[in-house]
Amino acid sequence: MTDTHFWLSIAVMAVGTALLRFLPFIIFNGNRKTPPLVEKLGRTLPYAVMAMLVVYCLKDVNFAGVSGFLPQFIACVITGVLYIWKRNTLLSILVGTLSYMALVQLVF
Amino acid sequence: MKQIIKKALVDTVPVMTGYLCLGFGFGILLQSAGYGIFEAFVMSVTMYAGSMQYIAVGLLASGASLLTVALTTLLVQARHLFYGISMLDKYKNVGKRKLYLIFALTDETYSLMCNDHSDIPLDKRKDYYLAVSMLNHSYWITGCVLGATVGTLVNFNSEGIDFVLTALFVTIFLEQWHNTKKHVPAIIGIVASVVCLIIFGSENFLIPTMAVIATALCIYKEERADD
Repeated sequence: MTDTHFWLSIAVMAVGTALLRFLPFIIFNGNRKTPPLVEKLGRTLPYAVMAMLVVYCLKDVNFAGVSGFLPQFIACVITGVLYIWKRNTLLSILVGTLSYMALVQLVF
Repeated sequence: MKQIIKKALVDTVPVMTGYLCLGFGFGILLQSAGYGIFEAFVMSVTMYAGSMQYIAVGLLASGASLLTVALTTLLVQARHLFYGISMLDKYKNVGKRKLYLIFALTDETYSLMCNDHSDIPLDKRKDYYLAVSMLNHSYWITGCVLGATVGTLVNFNSEGIDFVLTALFVTIFLEQWHNTKKHVPAIIGIVASVVCLIIFGSENFLIPTMAVIATALCIYKEERADD
C-alpha cells in the first residue's frame, strides 16, 4: 500500500459520497420546476427511509440463540414504549441505550 | 441566534453520543491498520460518512483497486440520493449555506432534519439547519481524531453503546408516525426492508430495499391530506 494509493482512495470515496449527496440538488435545481412525482417522493421517502434505517441498524440480529436478538428486541421495546409514554427523545435514547448495554454486558 | 444554537445543541445530543463513540471506534480501527491522527482527521473532514469510513479501512487494508473503491462507495452511499430528494424543499432558500448543508447530509443529520421544525421561526430555520450540521460534523471529527490518538489507552467497556443510533432512529420513526395520518409510506419501508433483508442478507439488502421503496412510493396514491 503506497501513500499515493491511500490518498487517491480517500479522494475517490470523498468525491463519490459528495456526488451522491449533491446529485438530487443538481438534477432538480431551482430554475426548473421539480416534477410532481419527485415532489411526492420527497414527501413520502422520510417515512419509508426511517423504517429502513431502523432495520439497517438491526440487520445483524440472528435467531440462532436468544442472545442474537433478545437484547435488541427488549431495548427497542423499552425505547419505543418510553417514547410513546413520555414523548421525550433524549430520555428514551438514554434509557434504551443503557438497558441495551446492561443486557449485552451483564445478562447475555 | 443564541436560542437557535442552544436548541441545536440539545437536539444533537443523541448524535453527539453516537458520533463520539462510533468515531472513536473508527479511530482505533484506523490506527490498528497502521494509519494515524492526520489520516483520521482528513477522512472525517472530507468523507464524513460513518459506515463508509469503517468499510474504507477494510478496503485500504486489502489494497483494493480504485475501481473497487469507487463502486463500493456508490453502492454503500446510494441511500444519500433519497436524503437529497426529500430535502429539496427544506434546503431551497438557505442561501450560501446550501453547499455545506448538502455536503454534511449524513444519515443522522438527515434524521434530525426530518423532524418537525414548525416551532422555529421561518427566517431562523436555515441557521438552525447549519448549526445542527456543523455540530454533528464537529462531533464526528472529534470522535475520529480522539480514537486515533488515545484509542488504545482507554479501558472503558463501551460494548453496546452503538445502540444509541438505533434508538435515535426508533424515536424519530415513532415521532413521524405520530405526526401523520398517512402510514402507508412507513409500512412500505418496514415491509420492503424486512423482506429484502431476509431474501438478500445483511450485506446486500440496502440496494434492493431502496429499489422496492422507490417503486412502491411512485405507484402509491397519496390520500387527500386532512391533517
